[in-house]
Amino acid sequence: MTAFSLARFWAMLGKEWLEMRRDRGTVMLTMLLPIIQLFLFGYAINTNPHHLPTGLIAADPSRYERGIIQALTNTDYFNVRRYANEATMDEALRRGVIMFALKIPPDFARAVDRGESPDVLMEVDATDPTAVGAATAALEAIVPGAITRDLPVRLRFPPPPAFRITIHDRYNPGQVTALNIVPGLIGTILTFSTLVFMAMAITRERETGTMETLLAMPVTPIEVMLGKIVPYIGLGYAQATLILLVAYFIFDVPIAGSLPLLVLCLGVFIACNLALGFTFSSLARTQMQAQQLAQFVLLPSLLLSGFLFPFAGMPRWARIIGEGLPLTHIVRICRGVLLKGNGLRDVTPDLWPMALFALLVGVVAVRTYRTTLD
Amino acid sequence: MNAPLAIDVTGLSKQFGAMRVVDGLNLAVPRGQICGFLGGNGSGKTTTMRLLCGLLTPDAGGGTCLGRDIRRDAVRLRREIGYMTQRFGLYADLTVAENLLFVARMYALPTPEARVADMLARVGLHDRARQLAAELSGGWKQRLSLAACMLHTPKLLLLDEPTAGVDAKARREFWDQIVDMAADGMTVLVSTHYMDEAERCDRIVYMASGRLIVQGQAHELVARSGLSAYEASGPGLTGLVRRARGMAGVESATIIGGALRAVGTDEALLAAAAAGLAAPGVIWRPSPPRLDDVFLHLLRNEAPSP
Repeated sequence: MTAFSLARFWAMLGKEWLEMRRDRGTVMLTMLLPIIQLFLFGYAINTNPHHLPTGLIAADPSRYERGIIQALTNTDYFNVRRYANEATMDEALRRGVIMFALKIPPDFARAVDRGESPDVLMEVDATDPTAVGAATAALEAIVPGAITRDLPVRLRFPPPPAFRITIHDRYNPGQVTALNIVPGLIGTILTFSTLVFMAMAITRERETGTMETLLAMPVTPIEVMLGKIVPYIGLGYAQATLILLVAYFIFDVPIAGSLPLLVLCLGVFIACNLALGFTFSSLARTQMQAQQLAQFVLLPSLLLSGFLFPFAGMPRWARIIGEGLPLTHIVRICRGVLLKGNGLRDVTPDLWPMALFALLVGVVAVRTYRTTLD
Repeated sequence: MNAPLAIDVTGLSKQFGAMRVVDGLNLAVPRGQICGFLGGNGSGKTTTMRLLCGLLTPDAGGGTCLGRDIRRDAVRLRREIGYMTQRFGLYADLTVAENLLFVARMYALPTPEARVADMLARVGLHDRARQLAAELSGGWKQRLSLAACMLHTPKLLLLDEPTAGVDAKARREFWDQIVDMAADGMTVLVSTHYMDEAERCDRIVYMASGRLIVQGQAHELVARSGLSAYEASGPGLTGLVRRARGMAGVESATIIGGALRAVGTDEALLAAAAAGLAAPGVIWRPSPPRLDDVFLHLLRNEAPSP
């Protein structure tokens, strides 16, 4: 071997260029992915979300109520809706329908008028500290002063706080980020392993030439599919168990709800990914292509599922895409069951979309699987 | 099912994009024969085999294998056909025995372990049973593939260039196996580019551009070809061969085994050419045409393969 040869370097460069040009898919993807990323990061993701759904109950009607609602709305952080009783509002908070729950106590107006600065309880779903952080800060700063002009004249000067807001962080009282991220990670890690592995499973057989032998044998598609899928279900559960153990013992993530329920939901979620992976596997001709197809799901899943960034902060179109991704639902379920102690009825709104996804994509997977080489 | 023909298809066609790979193929192979499947690269042999065992669906035409319709009965047919792919089609990360056991179980054979042990002994693989398939040399890989497609004792064996890239000794042993198995009444359709292998077949089918061009026994094909050949020995053949190629009546001229061999379709013209190529010390004599002359002749006279 002689020293560096410019000619050989050029030859190498030329060959790489030719190969790159032949591999249109990869080149397209390297161009497309940044664009998708830019749009997602640029438009969809907002770590300071506004217009957060907020519930309100007033024990008895008072003239200050409108002022409080107006003040909340004016901060731009809260979208207030009224609830008739505490039970339904609590359920809404648990299910994530609302993120804040404001309770105005009985005799509020009279207490204010007497200058007693009564307490108003604002319960906050602190599961995702990022999502509620800025809103909570705004709440304390702005709202109590907002009804000053409604106050009896004698109370306006000097202005004492007309009322006090007691903020009660529910579900993640310390606002520990890990308590939010770790349950979300369960679904994310499972997506990486099951979806990507499955997507490669059939294409590997096709690339190495074993598929032809397999097809020439008297084996039915369902046998091949189940035979391929079941080991990955086991793998997925093994992984989930490991993550849960680490989450519980090292990150102190509580297990407030039912483990069997979580196991059931994870099963449906794994089924979603395997069905999708199997479809990709049938569509792609090479392992490389299968991986690229998987990427197209992985990236939006990471960004739009509410795992990394608050779901409430995304624009409508991004939330619609997010609702279509299985990860979005499993992230909610994991957080709900582990942190909030959600039961089957609470998780149903997130369970059925996953079941539907698994079913629909499963049908596509069976349809795209070819028993011939045509 | 006891049809006299193991393979009986007519008008078989398959197109990929704009390319007609198999184009109205008629093929009839009697039971119990070893049928050599010859033809240039891209002539449609592999596609034909895939059509026969139901791995591809024909665009037109059809017929039967072992009396079963290749379109409608493809799944049942797979139990009775053994297909050895051109490329190694077993699992490189499994051992020899694991591969065979997998195949035996896919065919739902009773006592798969015993069947595998039997087959390992039969093809001489028992010493390598625990070796990974990836670590086998080319010859042993082919033998493992043959063992795998023989496990379920198929009635029809489709072998796609089973000995490509395998050394002479391994090829010989491989063929001894095939002949041995055909003796039990199995029908074999085997594609090959080797003349010595073609000569071991009961019958030869030659395919070009997706069509069957000629078929018959080796000696029949030679006789029917109408080819003549002359061989020259002596000094200065390398110079002579270049001159020979330009002469009327000489279709091909090559140096094989130290002799110059000229082949043509017109005996008289060829004899005249030989006379014209006289040189001191060079002796020309007529030679019987051989099977490879016939195939080279066929290959030369067909449309260029895509």
